[in-house]
Amino acid sequence: MADMAQPVLSARGVGKFFPGVKALQDVDFALMAGEIHALLGENGAGKSTLIKVITGVHARDAGSVQLDGVEIHPGHPGEAQHLGISTVFQEVNLVPTLSVAENLMLERQTRKFGLISWKKTEADAREALKILGLDIDINRALGSYSVAIQQLVAIARAVALDARVLILDEPTASLDADEIKTLFRTMRALKDKGLGIIFVTHFLDQVYEITDRITVLRNGRLVGTFETANLPQIDLINHMLGRELAEISAHRHHARDGVVDRGNHIRIKNLGKKRVLNPVTLNLSGGEIVGLAGLLGSGRTELAELVFGAQRADSGLVFLDDKPVMLRSPRQAIRAGFGLCPEDRKQDGIVPELGVRENIALALQGRRGWLRPIPRAEQDKFADDMIAALGIATPDREKPVGQLSGGNQQKVILARWLVSKPVFLILDEPTRGIDVGAHADIIKLIRDLCDEGLALLVASSELEEIVAFADRVAVLRDRELATELSGADITQNNIIEAIAR
Amino acid sequence: MINERYYPLLATLAVCALLYGYGIFEYRAFSDTYVLGNLLTDNAFLIITAVGMTFVILSGGIDLSVGSMIAFVGVLMAELVTGFGIHPLVAVVISLVFGAAFGAFMGLIIAKFDIQPFIITLAGMFFLRGMCFLINLDSVPITHDFVSAFGGFRIPLPGRGWLSASAIVMLVAVMSGIVFAHYTRFGRNVYAIGGDRQSAQLLGIPVERTIIQVYMLSGIFSALAGVVFAFYTASAYPLAAVGVELDAIAAVVIGGTLLTGGMGFVAGTFFGGIIMGVIQTLIAFDGSLNSWWTKIVIGGLLFGFIVLQRLITRSFSGMRAGAT
Repeated sequence: MADMAQPVLSARGVGKFFPGVKALQDVDFALMAGEIHALLGENGAGKSTLIKVITGVHARDAGSVQLDGVEIHPGHPGEAQHLGISTVFQEVNLVPTLSVAENLMLERQTRKFGLISWKKTEADAREALKILGLDIDINRALGSYSVAIQQLVAIARAVALDARVLILDEPTASLDADEIKTLFRTMRALKDKGLGIIFVTHFLDQVYEITDRITVLRNGRLVGTFETANLPQIDLINHMLGRELAEISAHRHHARDGVVDRGNHIRIKNLGKKRVLNPVTLNLSGGEIVGLAGLLGSGRTELAELVFGAQRADSGLVFLDDKPVMLRSPRQAIRAGFGLCPEDRKQDGIVPELGVRENIALALQGRRGWLRPIPRAEQDKFADDMIAALGIATPDREKPVGQLSGGNQQKVILARWLVSKPVFLILDEPTRGIDVGAHADIIKLIRDLCDEGLALLVASSELEEIVAFADRVAVLRDRELATELSGADITQNNIIEAIAR
Repeated sequence: MINERYYPLLATLAVCALLYGYGIFEYRAFSDTYVLGNLLTDNAFLIITAVGMTFVILSGGIDLSVGSMIAFVGVLMAELVTGFGIHPLVAVVISLVFGAAFGAFMGLIIAKFDIQPFIITLAGMFFLRGMCFLINLDSVPITHDFVSAFGGFRIPLPGRGWLSASAIVMLVAVMSGIVFAHYTRFGRNVYAIGGDRQSAQLLGIPVERTIIQVYMLSGIFSALAGVVFAFYTASAYPLAAVGVELDAIAAVVIGGTLLTGGMGFVAGTFFGGIIMGVIQTLIAFDGSLNSWWTKIVIGGLLFGFIVLQRLITRSFSGMRAGAT
């Protein structure tokens, strides 16, 4: 084993606690020089928290971090960079209006008699790009190059400072295949120079293409560190999702015979968008719950947004009872009777400053149009009914929603759609960040809704949950529909196998 | 291939050359250096103000207080020179220090409390204009030998024209503005902040300090413009230079600086100011047109330049500023 060498960066027993959440607990991590090391895990696994602890964005609450065997306590990312730990984020953090040379040399320009010597500064910039084998005109504005080139320039800036460790946080998310190739070539060149590279991504094929070792986190804890070559993909997915293949399916077998086809039919036909989602065809009928499974980045959220018109599809149509629905904006989708509870409810769902009543009234008001306000008495009645029906824990209907717990916020969003009497409801990660009690409530609500004849599309990364409530499961992989499972085939085993192919 | 960052500057130069060329073609007297010398003198205070404004706009901000600053400095100078008998040069130093301090104060509030520069400098504009009337209600002459010497100073140009002291101060101000903008870290940091403030912060640029310095610089330049204006007119009037802040912004934008910040050239601002002066001169030469036509032409030019800038930045990928 080559593991005799001392790691360039090591973390031992690292813990980070936020009020009420243990974001990281007792995590060990070691990065060798000349190694590309994948850091994997689903949302909320603790990947970003670990990186933020290493780069000094967060102070750690437990454990130690060592660089070349020396304990470090960086106070902010700039300090970590001086120590030799550079980070390149998914979003390029450079200035698009400045030239490439200036982006590389900002605050590092060579000066003579207090004035910048452009000749020397540009020579330095060329030198920095040479390391990456990047041959571009350094005097053109950074923004006139593709995101991939910008990403490479960011890496060049990061490694120009004698970096020992390079952290790449989802650098490939917005790149196309050729651009990824360029990036990988660069990563290999840097690896050969002895840099340790931490590569965060959710594209598993890329992990297998480029990394030497993999560390998997789940729920803030370390699952393990593995040699990439010795870890079959299916095992990796199991580690990430935390399910054992032997686990027995808990598919709902409650009496639902003969209740199919009660409500409206929704046909999604070849719905897709370039670079976002390959065309997907999927049919739903009222009274049916279709689960959407797949890893992060597989296109779950994207499909939900396309169907709801939050993103504009460039191919395909959605039919409601054989009539095509115009989906150029969420407004049109709402008029057609569609609803979406988004994944990030804080950002896209609730209006935190408004009260429970006002939040509930939003979708119905949107459907009626602003010229026909809902009488106050009616709003009060809706709100009170919903607070009682869904068990929303709030002292009164005017309390700002931002002050409620996550589970209750989610219920408010559900209530918003329920009062507008939708025919088709899309729930994206309806149980994320919700405590156990509310979790059960929401699952029960989903089932009740379905029994009332609503068609439901529920995206979730919790396989257990999907198996528990779905009549059919659509599995997405690499931005396309991989397979559809129904009836007795819906087991966690089958879903995991479909994800791993 | 020409770098796309120079397109707005080239457009400015083209417009300037076209207008000047038209003037020479249409009126024989236009080619005389007399016209050039007058252009430089008459627009000196505007261009000096606009150089300071260029830095503010490059940083992504705006400074509405500059017109009031010009008037206030004039009134202050008149009071110091005529009222207290202080030598004009000492009064100049006092005025510049005041401009720097007032600008830095506005910058401090903008940077520390993260408030829109529009509203803070609007407050500054009202405050300074009001202060003018506190000192003096009427138009007063500034009489001193030095002031007459300043007004009488001229370097002859070939032909019938000459370079006045105002024009020389303006040219020096433009030169130093170019050096500040392109050859100091401060200048480059201003561009970076205007291009993408969040990234600038992550790149290790002292954002707050730079913003304070930007408004301080604008304060100094507008105070200097006030000095030049006072010497040039040899008088002070509390209602002087009303709306000059808007002329300065127009000169900066016609000079090719992106109104959202991050791109532009101090040299462009100089030509932007000259363009505005040429339009005025052309209308004066014509004789039959109302002087308000100046505003109409400048308005049209502004429309054109803003659309041009939008087209250039739209071709950028990953532009967050102004992205829809």
